[in-house]
Amino acid sequence: MNIDLNLILPEIFLSLSIMSLLMIGVFKKKSSNLIFNLSILTLFILAALILNLSSVNKILIFNNSYVIDDVANFMKILTAITAIFVLSISTDFLKSLKIYQIEYPILILCSILGMMVMISSNDLIVFYIGLELQSLALYVLAAFNRDNVLSSESGLKYFVLSALSSGLLLYGCSLIYGFTGSTNFNEIANNTNQVPYGLTFGIVFILVGLAFKISAVPFHMWAPDVYQGSPTSVTLFFALVPKIAAICVFIRFLYVPFVNMIEQWQMIIIFISIASMIFGAVAAIGQKNLKRLIAYSSIGHMGYSLAGIATGSSEGAQSIIIYITIYVIMNLALFCCLFMLKRNNEYFENIEDLSGLSKNHPILSLSLLIILFSLAGIPPLAGFFAKFYIFMAVIEQSMFFLAIIGLLSTVVAAFYYLRIIKIIYFDPSKEKYDSSHSLGLRISLIVSTIFLVFYFTYPNSLLGIISKINII
Amino acid sequence: MNIPILSSLIFLPTIGAIFIFFSRSKNEKYNSSKYVALFITIANFFLSIYLWLIFDQSTSDFQFVETREWIPGFINYKVGVDGISILFIILTTFITPICVLSVNKTIKSRLKDFLISILLLETLMIGVFCSLDLVIFYLFFEGGLIPMFLIIGIWGGERRVYSAFKFFLFTLLGSVLMLVAIISIYWLTGTTDVEKLYEIGIDAKYQNLLWLAFFSSFAVKTPMWPVHTWLPDAHVEAPTAGSVILAAILLKMAGYGFIRFSIGLFPIGSEYFVPLVFILSLIAIIYTSLVALMQEDMKKLIAYSSVAHMGFVTLGIFTLTQQGLEGSIFQMVSHGLVSAALFLCVGVVYERMHTRLIKDYGGLVSIMPKYAIVFMIFALGSLSLPGTSGFIGEFLILMGAFKKNFLVATVASVGVILGAAYILWLYKRVIFGKIKNQEVTKMLDLNKYEILILWSLAVPIIFFGFYPEPLINTIEVSINNLIDMYNSNLSNNIVMSK
Repeated sequence: MNIDLNLILPEIFLSLSIMSLLMIGVFKKKSSNLIFNLSILTLFILAALILNLSSVNKILIFNNSYVIDDVANFMKILTAITAIFVLSISTDFLKSLKIYQIEYPILILCSILGMMVMISSNDLIVFYIGLELQSLALYVLAAFNRDNVLSSESGLKYFVLSALSSGLLLYGCSLIYGFTGSTNFNEIANNTNQVPYGLTFGIVFILVGLAFKISAVPFHMWAPDVYQGSPTSVTLFFALVPKIAAICVFIRFLYVPFVNMIEQWQMIIIFISIASMIFGAVAAIGQKNLKRLIAYSSIGHMGYSLAGIATGSSEGAQSIIIYITIYVIMNLALFCCLFMLKRNNEYFENIEDLSGLSKNHPILSLSLLIILFSLAGIPPLAGFFAKFYIFMAVIEQSMFFLAIIGLLSTVVAAFYYLRIIKIIYFDPSKEKYDSSHSLGLRISLIVSTIFLVFYFTYPNSLLGIISKINII
Repeated sequence: MNIPILSSLIFLPTIGAIFIFFSRSKNEKYNSSKYVALFITIANFFLSIYLWLIFDQSTSDFQFVETREWIPGFINYKVGVDGISILFIILTTFITPICVLSVNKTIKSRLKDFLISILLLETLMIGVFCSLDLVIFYLFFEGGLIPMFLIIGIWGGERRVYSAFKFFLFTLLGSVLMLVAIISIYWLTGTTDVEKLYEIGIDAKYQNLLWLAFFSSFAVKTPMWPVHTWLPDAHVEAPTAGSVILAAILLKMAGYGFIRFSIGLFPIGSEYFVPLVFILSLIAIIYTSLVALMQEDMKKLIAYSSVAHMGFVTLGIFTLTQQGLEGSIFQMVSHGLVSAALFLCVGVVYERMHTRLIKDYGGLVSIMPKYAIVFMIFALGSLSLPGTSGFIGEFLILMGAFKKNFLVATVASVGVILGAAYILWLYKRVIFGKIKNQEVTKMLDLNKYEILILWSLAVPIIFFGFYPEPLINTIEVSINNLIDMYNSNLSNNIVMSK
C-alpha cells in the first residue's frame, strides 16, 4: 500500500510539534512564554502546510477512511487561523489569572489535532477518535483554572455530559455498523438502499451526539454554565474552534453516507434548528453575564447554520461554511472587547459593567456597536450576509416556514443585542477601564471589526473561495 | 459622461463622515466638523440640482444607470434614477443641510458622532431612492435603522430608550418578511434587477403573497394604521434634527417603495389589495386626525398629523390613476418640507422654554412676531391651503380618488377638514390668546440662523404651491409609463386566465 505521506504532512507535523513542545516545556524551566510563541509559530506553519495542499483534488487515503478535499482544507485553515488569534489575544488574560502555563497551548494544539482528524474523517471510527481527542483536551481546558470553583465545576459538568453524548454517539455508530456492515462513509452510502429502522435510530443517536457538541437545543444545557465557569480565554476557544469542526462533520456525515435518507433526518435537523433559533433568542434576553449571553447567542447562531444543513443542498452547505466563517470572526471580535474590560488586573464580564462605556472608550464602544449590530444581522454588516446566504439556500428549497421562523427570531435576538448597545451608549458612565492592551489584542480587534464593516464592499472575497468548494 | 454621478451622490456623505471620524479636535465647542458636514451636504445638494438639470424629462427610462458586478452571477450594484426617484433625492439632499444647520444648539454632547450619523443616514437614504436592485435596496433600507436608532437613543428625550427600541424592532419586524420575499423573487425569476423584473413580470399566483410581504415592511415604515404607534414615540423623543429627517425623508422611503416595487412589480397583487389599502388609509386619515386634535404635546400632534398625511399618500398611490400617483408624490415632497418645518418650529420654542406642552404657551404673536409669520405659513401648508404646495398634492389625490371610488374620496375629504381643525387649533393656542405663562415673555424672537433655516423651507412651499410645473413635469412621463405598464400587465393576466 503506497500512501503519499505528504497528504497528511500537516497532521504529522502537528503531532511531532506537540511532542517536542511538551519535551521543551518539561525540561526547560519557566518556558511558558517560549511555548506560547512556538505554538503560534506551529499553527502558522500548519496553516501554510494545509494551504500547500489546496491544489489537491479530492483524495481518499488509508482504505478510504481519511479524506483530503477542499472542504477539509478550508475548514482546517480556518481552525488553525482562529486558534492563532485565540492564543495571541488570551496571553494577557492568562497571565493575570496566573494560569499562564505550558499545558495551555499544548492542550489547545492537541484538541486542534483532534479537530483536524474529525474534519478529514471519512469513517466512523476515525471520526470518533478525532472527536475524543479534541474532547479530552477540552475537558482539561474547561477546568484549567483549578483553584476556581466555577471552573472546576464547569470542567466536571462538561466532562460528564460530554461523555454521555459520546456514549450515545458511539452507540449510534455501532447501530449503523450493524445495519450496513461498514464504518466507511462511502460504503454506508452504498448500503442505504433500503432503510431499516435501526439505521434511522443510529442516525438519530449520532445527531444527538453532534448536536451536543455544537450545543444545539435540546442538548444545550451545558453551554451556559461551561461558558460562564471556564476562564474567558477557554470560553473563547469553546465558542469558536470546536464548532468549526463539528459543523464540518455535520455536513460530511449527513451529505456523504446518508444523503439518500434525507427524508429521515431532515425533520430532525429542522426541529433542532428552529428550537435553537427560538430558544437562543428568547433565553438570552434575561441574561446578566456577558459570557452566558454569548452562550445563548451561539446557541441561536448554531440554529441558523443547522437551517442551512436542513436544506440538504450544496448551496446550503456553502452557506453554512460562509456562516461559520463570519460567525467566528464576529465572536473573535466580541471576545477581544471582553478582554479589554480590565481594570487593575481584574476582568469584568457583566453586562452592567459596560454601562456608559462610550464616554470613556469611544473606539472600543464603536467596535462593540459594529460587532453587536453585525451579530444581530443588520445590513450592511457582515453578519447580515451570513444570514442572507443561509436564507437564500433555505428559500431555494421552498422551506418558507423555516425561513420565516428564523427571520422572526432574528428580530427577537436583535432585542438583546440592542439592549447591550443601549447600556453602552445610553446609560450613565462608570469608572474608566485600562486603556493599554497588548498589540495582538488590538490588532485582532481592529482587523476583525474592519472585516465586519467592509465585507459588503467586496462580498466575493469569501464567496469566491467557497463557491469553488465542491461539497460532496 | 463617464462620471458616476449617482455613486458620488450616494457616497459623498460617507466620505464626509469618515473625514469627520478621523479629524480630532480638542475643543468640543468650537470644532469645525459642523462646517465640514455643512459643506459636504450643501455640495451634495448642488450636485443633485445639477443632476436634475441634466435629467431628461422626456423619457421614462432609468437614467445615469451604473452597473457594477458585486456578487458575480448573482447581484449587481445597480443604481439609476427616473422621474419618480429624482425628486426624493433632491428632497433628501435639501433637508439634510437644514438638519446640520439646526444642530446648532440642540445637540449638546457628542456633536461629532451626531454629524457622522446624519451623514451616514444621508448616504443610506439616497441609496434607497437610487437602487435598482432589490438586494441593494434592502441593504440601504435596513441600514438606515442603525444611525436612526442611535440618533433617537443617544440624543433623545426622557423616554428615548423605549422609543428607540420600539422604532428599531417595529421596522425590523416588518422588513424581514420583505427579505423573504426578495429571496423568493430571486428563485422565481433568477434576478433581483428591478428593470429586468419589470420586463419579465412575476408569476401571478405568487403576487398576492409577495405583495403582502413587501406591504408589511412599507406599512410599518409609512406608517399606516394600526402599526403607526412607533412614530409618535419616536418623534417625541428624537432630537429636532432626528424628527426632521424621520418625518421628511424616512417616511417617504415607504411611499417610494409602494410606487416602485408594490405597484411596479406586483400589479395583480396591488389590484387585489386596493380595498385593504383604502380602508387602512381612511382609518389613518380620520382616526389619527381625531387623535391629533386631542394631543397636548406639540411634537406628538405633528407626528399624528404625519400619519394622517401619509394616509393621503397611500390612498393616492393605490387609486392607481395618473392624478392620484402624481398627487401622492407631490404630497410626499410637500409633506417633507412642511413637516420638517413644523418640527423645526417646535424645536425653536422648545430650545427657549424646554417644554413641548401646548398649554405652556400662548400669545407668542406679540413676543415673537417673526416666528408667528413663518409658523403661519407652515400651518397653512399643512392644512393645504390653495397657494401652498400641500394643496396641489391633496387636490390631485382627491381627484384621483373621486375617479376610482366616490365614497372613499368623500370620507378622505372629511379628513382635510379635520386636518385644518387640529393645525389651526394648535396655532391658535400657541400663537394667539393671552399670555398665560410669564416665562413666555422672556423668549427671544428668531435669530439669523433660524430665519435662514425656516425661510429656506417656506420659500419652496409657496413657490411650488403657485408653480407646481417643474415637479409635475419631472414625474409625469415616468408615472404615465408606470400606469401603462400596470394596466397592460393586468389585461395580459386577464387574457391569460381566460
